Amino acid sequence: MAIIRYPTLADFTNPFREMDRLKREMDRIFADVMGRGPGALGSGVFPALNVYEVSDKIVVQAELPGFKGEDIEISVERETLSLRGERKAEEMENVSYHRRERRTGRFQKSLTLPYEINVDGVEAHFKDGVLKLTLPKAEHAKPKKISIKAQ
Amino acid sequence: MSEKDLQVQAKQELQTKSESTRNVPIFVPAVDIFESANELTLLADMPGVPIENVDIDLDNDQLTIKGTAAAVQEEGTILLREYSVGDYYRQFTLSNVIDRERIQASMKDGVLKVVLPKAEAAKPRKIEVKVS
Repeated sequence: MAIIRYPTLADFTNPFREMDRLKREMDRIFADVMGRGPGALGSGVFPALNVYEVSDKIVVQAELPGFKGEDIEISVERETLSLRGERKAEEMENVSYHRRERRTGRFQKSLTLPYEINVDGVEAHFKDGVLKLTLPKAEHAKPKKISIKAQ
Repeated sequence: MSEKDLQVQAKQELQTKSESTRNVPIFVPAVDIFESANELTLLADMPGVPIENVDIDLDNDQLTIKGTAAAVQEEGTILLREYSVGDYYRQFTLSNVIDRERIQASMKDGVLKVVLPKAEAAKPRKIEVKVS
């Protein structure tokens, strides 16, 4: 818990400095909530995704332990990515359960990406229970470089 | 939404007083533990942990499982961050007597499986009631 100093009259002589402090404070609170805190669930739809952009490619990662590659269905249409899958329960016979925390069932999640995707260039890798999708930007969505002609 | 739909569960961070030297979060993996007549089987969800980074230790009746996440280089611009990557740690106290020579561990699709065979002495023995 940060101690927030109550502004004295002297601080108000420069209102911009006070606004700057407030902005920094808000950024910090926001980072706490979005970071590792218990509220960091994002959309709240399974699976949790990490998405980042590296030079005209979008990389989507999801933790899907115990899923089989063939049980995950990935489809891309224009700028929408859809994921579906199922983790089946392994029924064990003649055993008594001490703990059963691993969830089984189906999921479905769609994500709108910031631009259209070159569907033919999509790559999917599944390793150690982590799904990694690489989605390249569609050619027509890339910015065009305009060169200036010398007169 | 049917009962069979998977729900997002926030990864549970380990609550401990001692700090790890690596600055990564440590999570408590979700586990299934079941017992059959001959063995105790443990399944733990540890996505992102390659088999060579798994450490299993049985000290007396304390079973410790540790998984170190493969190093991820974060690059580019983050657009969405719904989970964080870190290590896994969990400890159990076993009530059964385990034959430690025959413990087997395997890792598949991010799920660790540890088979702990019961020692001969701990296996249930059928006691026949003699009719006199």
